[in-house]
Amino acid sequence: MAIEVRIPTILRTHTGGNKTVEGSGDTLAALIDDLDSKHSGLKNRLVTEEGKLHRFVNVYVNDEDVRFTGALDTQVKDGDSVTILPAVAGGC
Amino acid sequence: MLRIARATYDAIVAHAREDHPDEACGVVAGPEGTNRPERVVPMLNAARSPTFYEFDTADLLRLYRDLDDRDEWAVVVYHSHTATEAYPSRTDIGYASGPAADPRTHYVLVSTRHHGPRTGLADDEVEFRSYRIVDGEVSEEEVEIVETHLFGHSPTTVVYD
Repeated sequence: MAIEVRIPTILRTHTGGNKTVEGSGDTLAALIDDLDSKHSGLKNRLVTEEGKLHRFVNVYVNDEDVRFTGALDTQVKDGDSVTILPAVAGGC
Repeated sequence: MLRIARATYDAIVAHAREDHPDEACGVVAGPEGTNRPERVVPMLNAARSPTFYEFDTADLLRLYRDLDDRDEWAVVVYHSHTATEAYPSRTDIGYASGPAADPRTHYVLVSTRHHGPRTGLADDEVEFRSYRIVDGEVSEEEVEIVETHLFGHSPTTVVYD
């Protein structure tokens, strides 16, 4: 078993066009490191230079937005489903 | 260029009028990888604000799961400006240039600023404009409204004099 990760359309350039990829790790940060080792460049798109999750990106573990569960420190485990999406917002 | 059916255009404008003076927002879904905006999905503006809009985080997840199940993507992301022109703001550009935002998205801006206290009256004017936003650069594109009964026909078979 592994953790299934859903990739938004634009980031599929890093995954050979695949909608979903698999990875492993105990935390979201470790999972992203693992994904980046197989799909180079992915981490740079998700994590800022300061080591925080990019504010224009939403990440969910199962149904939970990780903003409310510890961001990159959110615990993950085999069988979880992670979804990465662009945040949609704006204003005049 | 954005080619959009009259009924889709009307649905977006109607949504913007209805939510005025708050900003309205939503997407138009179409088959993934295409440029065909076919299914209007009005979204709730979680900010319920005249100056800001955002998709609620849980709604966003539900929306994208649904698109995925249907092999669709968001061809258009639309929202309204209720007191300013239909041009992307700095905040709009920031989000649209985010690392997970697809630069193939058409960003439709509708302005309801020329409405009186009541909206939806005959003759009120709504600006409807479309943009591409890539790495902070905004370029406006032409909007072609296709009368609904003609939509789907090859444009070469339709001659307008």
